[in-house]
Amino acid sequence: MLLYAVVAAGGFRRHATYRVATAAGVFTNTVFGFIMAYTYIALWDERPQLGGYDQSEALTYVWLGQALLMTCAMMGGGFESDLTERIRSGDIAVDLYRPADLQLWWLAGDLGRAAFHLLGRGIVPMVLGALAFDLALPGSAWMWPAFLVSVLLGVVVSFALRFLVALSAFWLMDGAGALQMAMLAGLFFSGMLLPLNLFPGVLGEVARALPWSSLLQVPADVFLGKRTGWGLVQAYAFQAGWAVALLLAGRLLQSVATRRVVVQGG
Amino acid sequence: MAAREPERPGKGAAREPERPEIAFADRSRLVEGVRAYGLIVAMWLRSTLAYRASFVMTTIGNFVMTGADFFTVMLMFSHVDALGGYTLPEVALLYGVSATAFGLCDLLVGSVDRLGQRVRDGTLDTLLVRPVPVLAQVAADRFALRRLGRITQALLVLGYALVTLDIAWTPLKVLMLPLMVLSGAAIFAAVFVVGAAFQFFAQDASEVQNAFTYGGTTLLQYPPSIFARDLVRGVTFVVPLAFVSWLPALYVLGRDYPLGLPEWVAFLPPLVAGLCWVLAGLAWRTGLRAYRSTGS
Repeated sequence: MLLYAVVAAGGFRRHATYRVATAAGVFTNTVFGFIMAYTYIALWDERPQLGGYDQSEALTYVWLGQALLMTCAMMGGGFESDLTERIRSGDIAVDLYRPADLQLWWLAGDLGRAAFHLLGRGIVPMVLGALAFDLALPGSAWMWPAFLVSVLLGVVVSFALRFLVALSAFWLMDGAGALQMAMLAGLFFSGMLLPLNLFPGVLGEVARALPWSSLLQVPADVFLGKRTGWGLVQAYAFQAGWAVALLLAGRLLQSVATRRVVVQGG
Repeated sequence: MAAREPERPGKGAAREPERPEIAFADRSRLVEGVRAYGLIVAMWLRSTLAYRASFVMTTIGNFVMTGADFFTVMLMFSHVDALGGYTLPEVALLYGVSATAFGLCDLLVGSVDRLGQRVRDGTLDTLLVRPVPVLAQVAADRFALRRLGRITQALLVLGYALVTLDIAWTPLKVLMLPLMVLSGAAIFAAVFVVGAAFQFFAQDASEVQNAFTYGGTTLLQYPPSIFARDLVRGVTFVVPLAFVSWLPALYVLGRDYPLGLPEWVAFLPPLVAGLCWVLAGLAWRTGLRAYRSTGS
């Protein structure tokens, strides 16, 4: 357990090293937040209460999206390119000989990364957004921890998805195509483009049932107080269910994949 | 087109020298830059087309990825008839012009945003010792033909806009279409070069550049009426992105310009593009002169 805590701290520290890059990222998230916020204002001016949100809730959704984009790695940008590269180059053999579980090892590192991005790239855009626009912040104090639990579950779901994608490199060798597909799915189905409540008909129902909705739509609804009491339990169960199912799938794929590893001598 | 882009920074540079023989030397250097750009691009094209299946897949991926923007716009219009007073075909025109101009620029010089990485890992030094203009080298670096996917998607939206819009076409309005796409690409390209020059100083701040390039094209895909006046002022007078699509496209649409600007500003894009390139050339020179190798 201590080992994984150290790995997580390493993940945190690794990303904390890039201070200028973090500041640059905050700047870009803020600019995109402003652009999206104005488009949402135009949309909600026409249709107040669209998707069950009022305008300030919709604006809050925009800034949550910018704050969580890197934390929940909706468009990738985490460990997965490292892992595919290690698989392609064969360095993965070294990882398999470590006295640590491959999946847990990368999960710990990714949790550290997510924690850094939540602090480093989440708080400042959110504060700037709150200064510039009228945001719907949680009314009661317990909503914040409830939101953080949902974000944590979202990060685990995101990790489990990206782990599966990265393992596909055992078969595809070049993971670039799979990573691109994952990026597309994350962009479309996390609710980053528009809240999934606004997706029409069957597309909306499917999008809300897919695991990617755990990355933004569900945490945002918890933050906005749309999921309280029994609804909150259901939200957690939805996220945790996907997390467990996808982690198990990853574990299964991992055991199949590692049997394919042939260590070349020399 | 490939021959046009890298020419521009040279033009800014060619104004400086007084003596004719230096001006001549500069011009041959400019021709050399264009030639080198063409050669490097040709090399990357060959390497890209060696893996055809991969090229087709990444191009389609690029197409879908950038289509996400317009998918969002369509989703919005599935709930409303007008956004900021503009209909879907009108927004599609703004989107099409901005995205085509950006796609063209991204294809031709989009690689310059990798400059920071080259500064960090020291591979920029390799480019400096070659007898070829550095800007031509970084612009052509890893020339990504898959970006045709973005241009295709943008052209489709532009085509949809032109088919569905009810415009009283005049020769001027017809002329305005290629004019704004080409000038727009040049303005975006200047922003890319300034961003790259900034990376000489802030090596891992490439995301700041994304705010102006990708952020800029996203902004221009929506009508100016929905944004705060100060934001519109900023992209008109500070970073003149409004000249890429808003001002010329609103002329085509016969709409009022933002900020009460006079009608003739719609014809300024080529001039603005030229001015941007002079400034970009200066920024690039300043950055390159200030460059200190990491020594690794």
